[in-house]
Parts: sequence; C-alpha cells; structure tokens
Amino acid sequence: MEYLGILFDQVYKILFLLVPVLLSVAMVVWLDRRVWAFVQKRKGPNVVGPFGLLQTIADALKYIFKEIIIPSSSNKVIFILAPIVTMTLALIAWAVIPFSATQVLADINVGILYLFAVSSLGVYGIIMGGWASNSKYPFLGAIRSAAQMVSYEVSIGVIIINVLLCVGSLNLNDIVIAQQNLWFIIPLFPMFVIFFISALAETNRPPFDLPEAEAELVAGYQTEYSGMMYAMFWLGEYANILLMCAMGAILFLGGWLSPLEIYPFTLVPGPIWLVLKILLLFLLFALVKAIVPRYRYDQLMKLGWKVFLPLSLIWVVFTASYLFYFNLLPVN
Amino acid sequence: MIAHSIFFYTFSFIAIISAVMVTVSKNTVHSVFFLILDFISISCLFIMIGAEFLGMIMLIVYVGAVAVLFLFVVMMLNVAQQRNQWFASESSSKHIPVGLIISTLIFVELIIVIGGWKYKPDLFDINNSSQLAKVSNTHSLGQVLYTDYIHVFQISGMILLVAMIGAIVLTFRKREGVKTQSYISQISRERSDGVSVLKVESKKGVKIDD
Repeated sequence: MEYLGILFDQVYKILFLLVPVLLSVAMVVWLDRRVWAFVQKRKGPNVVGPFGLLQTIADALKYIFKEIIIPSSSNKVIFILAPIVTMTLALIAWAVIPFSATQVLADINVGILYLFAVSSLGVYGIIMGGWASNSKYPFLGAIRSAAQMVSYEVSIGVIIINVLLCVGSLNLNDIVIAQQNLWFIIPLFPMFVIFFISALAETNRPPFDLPEAEAELVAGYQTEYSGMMYAMFWLGEYANILLMCAMGAILFLGGWLSPLEIYPFTLVPGPIWLVLKILLLFLLFALVKAIVPRYRYDQLMKLGWKVFLPLSLIWVVFTASYLFYFNLLPVN
Repeated sequence: MIAHSIFFYTFSFIAIISAVMVTVSKNTVHSVFFLILDFISISCLFIMIGAEFLGMIMLIVYVGAVAVLFLFVVMMLNVAQQRNQWFASESSSKHIPVGLIISTLIFVELIIVIGGWKYKPDLFDINNSSQLAKVSNTHSLGQVLYTDYIHVFQISGMILLVAMIGAIVLTFRKREGVKTQSYISQISRERSDGVSVLKVESKKGVKIDD
C-alpha cells in the first residue's frame, strides 16, 4: 500500500508537469506560425478559436484520425519505434527542469548532464525513422542529421563547461542560484550566442534544417510518415525546441529568478519568470526561422567544427584563467 | 528495498539479454540497436549504485556519440548482405584463427591489468567514507582523479589524442582536382570583380577577353 501511495503521488506529479508541457507545445506551434506569418506580412492561422489559438489542436485531431501508412518494405518495428523515441525523449527531459527553488520533479545532482544526455539521444529518433523507412530521401536526411547533431553537441558540451566553471555544481537549481547577482548572459555573452546557434542546429531548426530540407529531400526523415506517427515527430520536435529554450534560460538567463530583486518584480512567482524567458528565447527561434536562408551542408560543418568548437574551447581557457587569477573559483 | 531489487533485476536482465542479442541477431543494424539498449541499461545500473556521474557520462559518450557513429557506418555498408557472402567464402576460415588469437591476447591483458591493480587504500577506509558521503559524486571523482591519479589521467588523455590524430592522418588524403567553394572569397566578391560596363559601338560589337 505504501508503494502504491508513492506511485500515485509520482504519477500525479508527472501528469501535472507533462500536460502543461504538451499544451504549451501546441500553443508554441501556433506562435511559431504566427510570427513566421507576420514577418512575411501574412495573417497566419487565425480562424480556429480566438486568434487561431486552437489551430494546432485541430491539426492534431486531424492527424489522429488519419490512416497510418507503414511502407511494405520498411523495417516495421523500428519504423514504429522512431516517433515514440523522439516524443519520449523530448518529454522525459522536463523531469529535471526547475520551475522554482522547490518545484522540480527530480532535483538530481547531475541535472545538467542528464539534460545534455537526453538531448544527445534525440538523434536516435531521426536515424531510426530515416533508416527504417527504407527509402533514399529519409535515409539522406537521417545521415545528415546524425552528422549535424553530433557536431553541434560538442560545442554545446563545451559551453556547458563554461557555465559549470562559474557555478561549481552540476545541479540545475545551483546553476540558477549562482546567477542571483549577475546572469551569466552578461559575462558569457559570446557563449550565449554560440549556444543559441548550436541549439538551432541541435533541434534541426532553420537555418540548419538540412535533415528535412523540403526543397531537396521532400521532408527528410519524415517523408514516409503519416497520421499520428507524423504528429508525434512534429510535436516531439517542438517539445525539444522548448527544452533547448528552457536550457538556455537556465544556463544564461537566470532560470526562475526575477530580473531585479526589488518589490514589484518579486511579487511574480518563479515559474512565470521561467516561462517568460523560455518564450523570449522561442520568439528568437521563430524570428530566425523567418529571416535566415538555409545553410549549405559544408558551411554547416565548417561552422560547427572550425568556428564554434575552437571559439568555445578558447573561452573555456579564458574563463578558467580569469576565475583562477582573481580567485573567484567556486569552492564548496 | 523491494522496489530497488525489482529495478536492479529488470535492468540487469535487459542488459544481459541485449548483450546476447548483439552477437546473435542476423541484421547488423539491429545488433547496434541492441548494443545501445545494453549501454542504456548499464548506465541505469550505474545510477542505481549511486555512480550518477559515470552513468550520465556513459549515456553522453557511448550512446550519444560513439553508437551514433557505429550506426552511421553500419547503415551505410549494407553489412547484412556482405556478411552472408563472407561466411560462405573460403577467406572466413583464414581469418577466424587470427581473430581468436587477438581476442585471447586482449582477454589475458585485461586479466593482468585488473589482477595487478592497486587501489588507493584510504578510498576503502570506513572512517573516511562518512566524510566522502557529504561530497557529491562528481566532486569526489574530481578530487581523486586530479590529485592521486593525475599522471594516469593525463597519459590516458594523451593516448586518446594520439589515437585521434593517428586516425585523421591514416584516412587523410589530398585529392587533386576537387572543386571546393571558399565562402570567404564568395562573400568578399565585389561588383567590380564580376561586372564591367562597356560602351558598345553600333554594328561593331565588343570583344570580351576571359
């Protein structure tokens, strides 16, 4: 009975986290399309519900009721597994995101490593989908995305080391609390820029959406998918984008901290600040999608390995020597 | 405790079964996927014994990077077809003894290394362990790795660096006649480099040298 109580308690907590995340994924898809439309002087989805807010839910319903087509020459088990993997990985990472000092599902010691590990596993959904489709375009998309995501993970890892040098802990709440006086975006601004661009590449967003480049590869790894399975890829992708925004907000924008520790700001609870910061970053993601043309593949690789990796490595040396010289290294 | 042992047996069962499936499964891509499942369940086991840092690093390095490259290569090669031909051909019987000798050598080396390994005595000191429990996993690893084992740590890092450079040198070849685009020269191109305005006399035309 005791175990059952714990189980129900945990399930309740998980549902209370995942349902808002899924709903906000739906809203964020709408926001993305609206921003995209406004930049191009269009209206965007504005018919279903107030301001078109229910458009994504209508789309999701449509996908659920469509037929799922599994290609006869595909590898069926892996073909079905791929969208499930994408969706699951995009959702389990939210377990460690701190919404305030106490509101976190799993306050683990190695929170940032967990986030990094889960985001680096995200590539499997794409590779599995691309390979199992047994078709040329999806396979090309999968190969591209494998190379792309592995490359940009390296620079994200090095950027995380920069932040960890300033914090002295791998716990996400400790990272947020360390920014009480100064958000890391100010001393580590170049790293924030590189993190943002690498996050674009990691989530296959334009201008790095080569895995699904519609002009060359039809839709890359998603070509053979239909119905609910396509919707799962699509929602998983946006959940991943939100996750990268949350990671950026926690690493550089002070997580759930208010911008200033003075009266009117301190009234607003932490989770709202975190959501506002995530939305700000997402707005940047959406704007970039609207205004930047797609990179060529060799340019993408050159940028990852020859620009971002050396730059972030040099910055690690710089941060470490600065902290060491001025005796600012966090010791506990 | 019951929940703990249920999780332990689940993960170890998955780890062993998938390790067997890596060698047994016919399709090479499937065996890589089983290898990934094996890595994941082993990192879960690491987390269960409290080595959370090791578990996460295992996930990041092996599952997130190494296995992706494995998969990458195996998918490109269409190995399933090649393997069947290879087993049918004569050359397989020549290679099997060599493989056996090499694997026996590596196994013996592993036994020698592990058998002769000396742990730092105060790591197992009971009085010390209560003090260690206060420090997080990552901190205590760093404290051991960067103090007592710094030379071993640095040497292994150097070996990895040498291996990396060696791999690059072995596979690098300079090919002639490859057309590449330098985006710096593309961006720095001016209008005057490409366009020139000429006065064309009527019924005579112009001659353009290029």
